[in-house]
Amino acid sequence: MNFFFEVLVGGLLSGVMYSLVALGFVLIYKASGVFNFAQGAMVFFAVLSFVGFMELGLNFWVALPVTVALMVVVGVVTERLVLRPLVGQSEDTLLMATIGLAFVVEGVAQLAWGVKVRRLELGIADEPMGWLADNADILVSQLDVAAGLVAGIMVAVLALIFSKTKVGRGLRAVADDNAAALSVGIPLKQILVVVWATAGVVALVAGMMWGARSGVQFALVGVALKAMPVLIIGGFTSVPGVIVAGLIVGAAEKMAEVYLGPYVGGGIEGWLPYVLAVLFLLVRPEGLFGEKIIRRV
Amino acid sequence: MDMATHDHAHGDDMSTTQRGFAIGKPILELDSVSLRFGGVKALTNISFNVLEHEIRAIIGPNGAGKSSMLNVINGVYRPQEGTITLRGQKLTDMTPNRAAAMGISRTFQNIALFKGMTVLDNIMAGCSQREHANFLEVAFQLPRARREETANREKVEEIIEFLQIEHIRKTPVKRLPYGLQKRVELGRALAAQPKILLLDEPMAGMNIEEKQDMCRFILDVNDHYGTTVVLIEHDMGVVMDLSDRVVVLDYGKKIGDGTPEEVRSNPEVIKAYLGVAD
Repeated sequence: MNFFFEVLVGGLLSGVMYSLVALGFVLIYKASGVFNFAQGAMVFFAVLSFVGFMELGLNFWVALPVTVALMVVVGVVTERLVLRPLVGQSEDTLLMATIGLAFVVEGVAQLAWGVKVRRLELGIADEPMGWLADNADILVSQLDVAAGLVAGIMVAVLALIFSKTKVGRGLRAVADDNAAALSVGIPLKQILVVVWATAGVVALVAGMMWGARSGVQFALVGVALKAMPVLIIGGFTSVPGVIVAGLIVGAAEKMAEVYLGPYVGGGIEGWLPYVLAVLFLLVRPEGLFGEKIIRRV
Repeated sequence: MDMATHDHAHGDDMSTTQRGFAIGKPILELDSVSLRFGGVKALTNISFNVLEHEIRAIIGPNGAGKSSMLNVINGVYRPQEGTITLRGQKLTDMTPNRAAAMGISRTFQNIALFKGMTVLDNIMAGCSQREHANFLEVAFQLPRARREETANREKVEEIIEFLQIEHIRKTPVKRLPYGLQKRVELGRALAAQPKILLLDEPMAGMNIEEKQDMCRFILDVNDHYGTTVVLIEHDMGVVMDLSDRVVVLDYGKKIGDGTPEEVRSNPEVIKAYLGVAD
């Protein structure tokens, strides 16, 4: 039974980290109706810069705000150079623009910091928590718990801001109808800047969590791929949706790996989320919490 | 629709002669405005003014340039020639955002509400112009952000009550019937407490009862808040009944300007609307 809990908790915690990556997508999707292909590249760029600054001799608490500032700048520049000239263009155009952006961001990151794989020490070991192990005999990684906590707090704060305040309202308004948003005086450009900057910061946090676990390397770009099924299951427009979906995906893939894996030779983790996503697309294409798609005839 | 129906709709006390605010000086002046899209002349050399607190109608056959006119005032289109003066200030680089900041609100011919949002959120979004708290103040819910939100909420409730849409406050706009959506859009425009309200065919596609309601709301807004109204409308009955003065456009040119009676007896206007039998 303890083993079951270990697997479940481990799965849920890594699920929160998926949610965190997916959150970056949702923010931008909600505001500009575009699937930001560059989100994975931003995760990579953010954490690579962070490690880079630390290698230059900055300590952790200096490197962190410096990188946050850098990501805000990246967000603002992206909005200025890529998004603003394309306001009002079709979604396909925007999608292509973000694909291009992804290559640019990946390229710039490697040009600036090199291509070698780096370690990121957060001072939290990827080892079982002593207290839990001693008292309940459950082994849960400290890093998982810390990542889960940080991600949980970030998700909660962002969810509140975007559902309860005028910034969130402005965001939804902009996503819904650009022209109307402008005519009621919603500061479209400011909203887009805030969104891209926030997405940059979210990318940094996600990158740090994943980087601490699996090393800071180009493969982090692929973390964004894992966010896809989370987005499809949760619904592209729903912040609570991606939280729940992240948990489902995390728990499901770990459970399946441990309990079903042996029968099929393992590797379930790699594909189960995508199978779940396809099932959702068949049964409930708008996702768990997405806006229901209604077409009037 | 004849005039009798309208008088019945909003009662005699609403007649334009006994309003809360007397018609004042010009608030908006257009001087020789021309707008072209490539080779297409949408507007040619148009001049007219709008007086403070009046209801000014722009009429004309389909394709006359009415919506283009509104879009020029609103800053969606920038005319190649001519000047627009708003409250004594010449406007050279108007944008929709800037128009909003200068007290111009509008509704659209094809409703442009935020469809996924509730009625309340839509109208709250209309308050954007009067909010000054920045992102960080909002994120941390500092006093100014909270104060603004509360004040706006009160104002919005007043508008909701005024438009009699209390019962649909929390309904997502896309689920509402057309007539109510038009009303919510008016509410969103009012939330900005505009000096000038631009209405692009506020009564298009409505049944008689809905039209009467909308007429009443427009007159009430003008009467209670003194809001200057510029409206485009097809229904001649509505125009004659609502407006103080009328501009008539045809093929992008101004062919008439004056009180409803003057315009109605203008031979050019009659020709444009009915054609000539020769």
